[in-house]
Amino acid sequence: MQVLKGKVWKFGDDISTDLIIPGKYKFKTIDFNELARHAMEGADPQFSSKVSKGDIIVAGKNFGCGSSREQAPVVIKHVGVSAVVAKSFARIFYRNSFNIGLPVVECPDLVDGIKTGDTVELRLAEGEVLAGTRAYSFKPIPPFLMTILQDGGLVEHFKKRGGFVWEE
Amino acid sequence: MAEKIIFRKTGKQPTPGDIVVLPIDAAMAHDGTAPLMIKSFEAMGARRVWSRDKAVFVIDHISPSSNEGTSALHKMMRDFAASYGVTLYDVGEGICHQILPEKGYIFPGGVVVGADSHTCTHGAFAAFSTGIGSTDMAAVFASGKLWFKVPETLRINITGALPSNVMSKDAIIYAIGKVGADGATYKAVEFSGNAVKNMTMDSRMTMCNMAIEMGGKTGLIASDSVTRQFLEGRIHVPFVELAADGDANYSDVLEIEAEKLEPQLSCPHQVDNVKPVSSLEGMHVDQVFIGSCTNGRLEDLRVVVKVLRGKKVKARTIVMPASREIMLGAIREGLIEELVKAGCAVGVPGCGPCVGGHHGVPSPAETVISTTNRNFKGRMGCADADIYLASPLTAAYAALYGKLAIPMGV
Ligand code: SF4
Repeated sequence: MQVLKGKVWKFGDDISTDLIIPGKYKFKTIDFNELARHAMEGADPQFSSKVSKGDIIVAGKNFGCGSSREQAPVVIKHVGVSAVVAKSFARIFYRNSFNIGLPVVECPDLVDGIKTGDTVELRLAEGEVLAGTRAYSFKPIPPFLMTILQDGGLVEHFKKRGGFVWEE
Repeated sequence: MAEKIIFRKTGKQPTPGDIVVLPIDAAMAHDGTAPLMIKSFEAMGARRVWSRDKAVFVIDHISPSSNEGTSALHKMMRDFAASYGVTLYDVGEGICHQILPEKGYIFPGGVVVGADSHTCTHGAFAAFSTGIGSTDMAAVFASGKLWFKVPETLRINITGALPSNVMSKDAIIYAIGKVGADGATYKAVEFSGNAVKNMTMDSRMTMCNMAIEMGGKTGLIASDSVTRQFLEGRIHVPFVELAADGDANYSDVLEIEAEKLEPQLSCPHQVDNVKPVSSLEGMHVDQVFIGSCTNGRLEDLRVVVKVLRGKKVKARTIVMPASREIMLGAIREGLIEELVKAGCAVGVPGCGPCVGGHHGVPSPAETVISTTNRNFKGRMGCADADIYLASPLTAAYAALYGKLAIPMGV
């Protein structure tokens, strides 16, 4: 969890939850094997069949804008994506990602120079992304969110501790 | 104002960026988000819901159900509600963001979370209200508390009087065009100025509803006699007047002169792709939708009927009141009869075509004028339709002529 290395899938600005998982699917099932077949469908219809385990999504600003649907980060995680790096995130998507155990990182500087197929290495504890010969820094993830992430998301976190870290 | 509400809850003066833990006054999940919330709640092994009076389920998104899968999810909600003592508003009751204030869950100074991004609507009542995801909601159902980052505040000050053909919807679309889809991310958006002061509760809810379309965490409007009038007889806590302090800090201020506004459109496929109606006058329109948590209220229906009374629509027009209470009001005032006579398809209170689950999915290459709050590609269920967001007045004119026209005042 501390160091994640993977192949990049690059997306643009304002990737909405409607593009990540169209609303029409989420009302019919909560079976993620089914839902994940439509992951990122609105932005790249073949995405779920091309992506492999450990890949990293790199995107522009306002990633995950739109609805509060938690299905959005879940399908991304379910197809094997290990992290999302973006210039900025919509706030509900940001919260949801930690809650379901998907690391997301705001790193405005990295995004422009990178393209699909590149490899990046995310060092969460150091707040650093390595791409080729360059290193880009980002604001480290707040400690209590890191705890939730390390526990594997909010459900596992509660199971493990019998309460929530912010109540302590 | 956001900081003031947080201060009232914690007794400590917050600074933007601080993480605070707040007790929750109302928590809501609907049929799009409750099933996952239930799954998380049960996976956590939580045993009880923290409050029977503050936890609410609403079935509004695909309501009534259009398919077996959805019906099974609805049943899952009913079963959970029955066994844990959660209040559930079922098919036909209306849209969550309309029901919560109507049923007395919302009051000035309250902290409200909803597993829906448009929960920011309740800021119209000076409540700190924001959207969260399903697992966050499971944590709230289990503990009654949640963490928040104290937001900075963007103030949008609207002075003067709105022209007679301009509604609060036009003002908010215009503001979103100026601020951009992510211009207020992580911020509270406070609406002030005499134009806002003079708005009805219905109009104010429209403004706060769309705060999220500029990224806002919540909308906020000071509570006053208009708020009090709406809430009287509905809430069970004392009403408080809550306004921003004269020396409140804002990260930014946007000044808008109401007189200069004209009817606005959000054009495909981004809410912040804003143009005046005048620039697209004459554009052919296939379908019109009037409804949603943005513009499905009595005031909106009245405006539409003023335009359509005694006439016939040329575009396919779907109207869905936002709640049972509004439906009843509209029946009493004779609005429903006029709409039906004018050729509109009037449907069950609920979200309807807004989110593309059923009830009016457009076909490819069709143009839709909708009074809702989002026009993302695929939003109404068809990725190749063009959705334009507009006020109920502009929508009514489009329905009447089958093309976009500059509305006259009503
Ligand atoms: S009416 Fe539309 S925006 Fe409002 S809650 Fe329903 S689906 Fe969401």
